Amino acid sequence: MIKKRLFPGMEKIPRNALRDLFFTMLKIRRVEEVIAELYPAQEMRCPVHLCVGQEAVPAAVSQNLLPHDVVFASHRSHGYYIAQGAGLRELFAELYGKADGCTKGKGGSQHLASPRSGLIGSSAIVAGTIPIAVGAALAFRMQRKRSVAAAAFGDGAVDQGVFYESLNFASLKKLPVIFVCENNLYATHAHQSERQARDNIFRRAGVFGMPGVRVNGNDVVQAYLAFKKAVARARAGAGPTLIEYRTYRWLEHVGPYDDSNLGYRAKSEVESWKKRCPIAAFRDILLRKKILSPAQVASGTEKIERRIRDAVLCAQRSAFPPEQELCSDVCSG
Amino acid sequence: MDQRMITFKQAIKEALLECMNRDAKVFLMGCGITSPTRVFGSLEGLPERFGSRVMETPIAENGMTGIAVGAALMGMRPVLIHQRIDFALLSMDQIVNHAAKWRYMSGGAGAVPVTIRGIIGRRWGQGSQHSQSLQSFFAHVPGLTVVMPSDPYDAKGLLISSIKEDNPVIFLEHRLLYDTRGHVPQGYYTVPLGKGRLVRKGSCVTVVAVSLMVPHAVIAARYLAQKEGVDIEIIDPRCLRPLDREMIVRSVQKTGRLIVADTGWRECGFSAEVAAIASEECQRYLRSPVKRITLPAAPTPTSVSLENLYYPGPETIIREVLGLVKKNRQNRGSRAGRKEPAGTWTEERFNGPF
Repeated sequence: MIKKRLFPGMEKIPRNALRDLFFTMLKIRRVEEVIAELYPAQEMRCPVHLCVGQEAVPAAVSQNLLPHDVVFASHRSHGYYIAQGAGLRELFAELYGKADGCTKGKGGSQHLASPRSGLIGSSAIVAGTIPIAVGAALAFRMQRKRSVAAAAFGDGAVDQGVFYESLNFASLKKLPVIFVCENNLYATHAHQSERQARDNIFRRAGVFGMPGVRVNGNDVVQAYLAFKKAVARARAGAGPTLIEYRTYRWLEHVGPYDDSNLGYRAKSEVESWKKRCPIAAFRDILLRKKILSPAQVASGTEKIERRIRDAVLCAQRSAFPPEQELCSDVCSG
Repeated sequence: MDQRMITFKQAIKEALLECMNRDAKVFLMGCGITSPTRVFGSLEGLPERFGSRVMETPIAENGMTGIAVGAALMGMRPVLIHQRIDFALLSMDQIVNHAAKWRYMSGGAGAVPVTIRGIIGRRWGQGSQHSQSLQSFFAHVPGLTVVMPSDPYDAKGLLISSIKEDNPVIFLEHRLLYDTRGHVPQGYYTVPLGKGRLVRKGSCVTVVAVSLMVPHAVIAARYLAQKEGVDIEIIDPRCLRPLDREMIVRSVQKTGRLIVADTGWRECGFSAEVAAIASEECQRYLRSPVKRITLPAAPTPTSVSLENLYYPGPETIIREVLGLVKKNRQNRGSRAGRKEPAGTWTEERFNGPF
């Protein structure tokens, strides 16, 4: 009975896009799990905000974007980096603080960037990149480009004033920007109900005269369709959309471990969200509908594993940045 | 030779006009910039000429700064305007955490060519939140360029350079300089960022003065030369970051005495930075301790009587110079009841409301 209600609207998505969504989510999941495995060795010496459990949103976002579109992310940025197709070698090298990292060891996990893949940058100030994405959209408008910008952030970012400043201006100028809020219910350890008077993030778009929708962020099909609609609207010049994706972080706020010992959230709550894994049920339905064969899952999985192993090895062998990197890239030459 | 004389505010306007004519990527944004007063005349005619490239914004400094950063990352060259630099404090997150660090954090991939113009207010009871000189805040941060022109020629050339620059630039204009006149060539020219200007050659004392303190130092120099036979050298760094240390060091090594005249506060401020440079690089040349002319450790008062006590002027510089070169002579004058030496000064003509 429940299964019937899963993934409504799936038939609207091309089969190859469905397969891509699955493998993107799987890739994000496996990268995060490998990071979690390797992290205790104390060789990745930067904070990591893993997105296990939240893979559907970045997959849905990137699947809808074109090469000239751009994404800005926050501290929990791995999913967007991977979904945009940026290099895994450069990702792991960055986490290991190596010269081959995507930002040469200067940004680390919280500031992942790969401009040529469309991820322009990530900020560890929770709402920091929201106005920056709006500014990118303003540039596209002024340059008469058909590109769109996406700003990805958490429910904590909604607490900051600049979120509202950004919504207002984007709607005022009808800019091609999509506000992607991954509401995982917690800002670090503080539940949304401790921080926000109402549980209505998506409704806050309405007061600025723009659409706001709440979507199951663990259902990649709904996540994809909602974002697709927002992109179409943005590209048509009709303005921004706010999407509140309801999702859940399985691991601790920062770091590789389960954090149920802290007591800020009930074990049963974590378990119930794990049952709503965005990947497992989706894989099952793709297999059942024969969109994917078991052999394809196996070979796709093996390919991901191989690439991750290669990236980790490369990163571990890569050199640390030379001393002259310390004060370079501060200003233009 | 072209000896055209125009005001500081006209020079600012001309810089913007030149940049906007040359480069479609340049646009202006800010709160109140399309108002009929045209930001104290510094945008005269620009909204009419450039339409939507002169963009009125909501009163949302942090958001608008982030928007400027995003537009800059996508290839635009925004000029963000604050009618008081005090308002930029609301955007310190975007300036310090984002604009200043974006290039570094992205491993050199992202340039942020944003120019932030901010006006320093003074007089007519501007008070504590409309008259701060915050250059030291900004100049502390790697990744920011901080510019403070003191005359119309530099204002135009430095603003053009700032807009051309691929880094975020904080461009601070003193409101009391707006009506000062000077020679400004027609057309497009640049003044290099990070290079000081030797305003006056002298032998006794080096006065490093910024912004409004430069014309004050010039008045003081004239008086000191004529009435006291004291010859001071004046350096206008023009750019607080990057700072032309070499010019300061060379001068102090020659004169052996240093006075720093800043428009801001003393503690951890720009004057401390210059004094430290002298200590690090000129110690054996220094014939007397470094003197600093700064604001008292208080917010700006509103009452005209307190305002008069608050700000240093040419006479402060004269007093400090004489104190250094003629140690046996009694310090003349006190802060209260002082009289400015003869000289034309726009402050006297400055009437409200702003």
